[in-house]
Amino acid sequence: MADELQVTDQPAPEKIIAPGYTFGTVTDQIATVVLTRKTPVFWMVSFGLGLVLLLLFLLAVGVLFAKGVGIWGLRTPVMWGFAITNFVWWVGIGHAGTLISAILLLLNQQWRNSINRFAEAMTLFAVACAGMFPLLHLGRPWLFYWLFPYPNTMKIEPNFRSPLVWDVFAVSTYATVSLLFWYVGLMPDLATLRDRTHNRLARFVYGIMAMGWRGSAKHWSVYETASLLLAGLATPLVLSVHTVVSFDFTIGIVPGWHSTFFPPYFVAGAIYSGFAMVLALAIPLRSVYGLKGLITDKHLDNSAKVMLATGLIVGFAYLLEAFTGWYTSDVFEHAVTVNRMTGPYSFQYWTLVACNIVAPNFLWFKKIRGTPWLLFIWSLIVLVGMWLERYVIIVSSLAQDNLVSSWRIFEGTRWDWATYLGTIGLFLFLFFLFIRLLPMISIFEVRTLLPQAKIEEERG
Amino acid sequence: MKTTVYGVIAEFDSPTALVEAARAAREKGYRKLDAYSPFPIEELSEALHLHRNRLPLIVLIGGIIGGISGYLLQYFVAVLYYPVNVGGRPLHSWPSFVIITFETTILCAALAAVLGLLGLCGLPMPYHPVFNVPRFAFASRNRFFLCIEATDPLFDAVKTVDFLETLEPKEVSEVAH
Repeated sequence: MADELQVTDQPAPEKIIAPGYTFGTVTDQIATVVLTRKTPVFWMVSFGLGLVLLLLFLLAVGVLFAKGVGIWGLRTPVMWGFAITNFVWWVGIGHAGTLISAILLLLNQQWRNSINRFAEAMTLFAVACAGMFPLLHLGRPWLFYWLFPYPNTMKIEPNFRSPLVWDVFAVSTYATVSLLFWYVGLMPDLATLRDRTHNRLARFVYGIMAMGWRGSAKHWSVYETASLLLAGLATPLVLSVHTVVSFDFTIGIVPGWHSTFFPPYFVAGAIYSGFAMVLALAIPLRSVYGLKGLITDKHLDNSAKVMLATGLIVGFAYLLEAFTGWYTSDVFEHAVTVNRMTGPYSFQYWTLVACNIVAPNFLWFKKIRGTPWLLFIWSLIVLVGMWLERYVIIVSSLAQDNLVSSWRIFEGTRWDWATYLGTIGLFLFLFFLFIRLLPMISIFEVRTLLPQAKIEEERG
Repeated sequence: MKTTVYGVIAEFDSPTALVEAARAAREKGYRKLDAYSPFPIEELSEALHLHRNRLPLIVLIGGIIGGISGYLLQYFVAVLYYPVNVGGRPLHSWPSFVIITFETTILCAALAAVLGLLGLCGLPMPYHPVFNVPRFAFASRNRFFLCIEATDPLFDAVKTVDFLETLEPKEVSEVAH
């Protein structure tokens, strides 16, 4: 037993961090990004883009409040349209962050240490963007608290048999636990920033946020237990969240939705799109901030492999979906499957097949996994593909369901697009604020990767 | 016992030196000591004989409370307070309560983990005597500290400093209250 445990921490460190780093240089390089007065042009541009799109979002929401959800092109029978498509897409993107921070921690994958922090931040902000859609989609978002059970004068309570209520609990739990996990991970690094900064205000703010963390061995031992337990709790949680999201569909009897393979298919798709977002963020960030020694080609390669693996699961799910449609005795199920391939949404369907079945297979080639700019393009393709997947599932099933007389083709309006682009703005805005104000790489976890961190045992 | 100093602290520049120093101090008989490092060191916990902590128990209790209250909430609402009869199906439809029970279990367990962490560490604690040592700012960067506290029965302002000097530290300093 003891031997087995020792094997795990042997060869990894040299490969995942470039040689030559010390505890001091690692600390300074990551902390300087935050503590410097100089802000790179790249940051300004990205943050500016985020801000502009965020303003667009506020405008779209303002118009929505004034006029109602009709501005979104929602007409019976397609009442979910863009809103739920975007919700599922954003929640899915969040999943990679928790996978990296929790599941890879439990699996002792040390390469996660230099990408977990910003991936977790990505999770939080993606969930924030996701949360916007069901709330705005309520029509009367100011009454959102009716979704929660609380004693009220109407003597009305939510229906706990409804998957939409499950979703409220699943997503709010997910957001809370992700925030807690992220904050716990930040505490030691906030203490580092508190000790490194020369600015009085910054020292005060980081000091309050670090809660007086001082790196005591007694604290570290509890801290390690806490991280493991939180990882253990977050692991089933992350798998459950997209499962519950998929229940929004599978519990209904709409053709094309009512199927048992949705939960694993959704979770795989979530991780697939999430890793695409991780790559899309990591590749530019590491070049701009000179962090190639910490976020190495190995990280990109590993993330691309996860993307490939989950992409293959997603591809398999499409094949299974088509097979089920053909094999089933249900005429409606059959019709919806054929309709997706040949009907009004066939363009979106075949584009998503190209993005999610054909494109990931190029990741078998080391050439693509090893070329950051190609990988960047591939991750954007995947993100588009996964958005289209949700769009096709939701819209094509609703637009043409059992009753031909109620069919109506849905198309996103400009306010649909404005709201969607607006949440991308919200995401960029929050993410680049995070990059500027908090360490984007977990400093203390990277320190543990250095060869010097190993205790040289038994001298004489 | 009120003393004028909190203890004495020695600074080391590698984790190995700190672990060795911590072991030596334990062997010498010191018990009220703490080590400070910029990252968790497993060997250090062993060297200081840090017992297994109670956090797992706290999390377990949190999870159990969360699970039971989540289920009872649904039972109360769906069966007693606001029963909705759908085609004569049972009000106590437990399979559909499983998911929210699971979510509240995880939520309460995670809250217990974080609050338990803060509680067991005594955080937030913005002031602590070790912060009075100017070099201690490096404890969150690349330096490793061993502090022998004045409450230790063997503590002696001179002898303890002499002992720490034998461990080849970079610097030994007194920690003011």
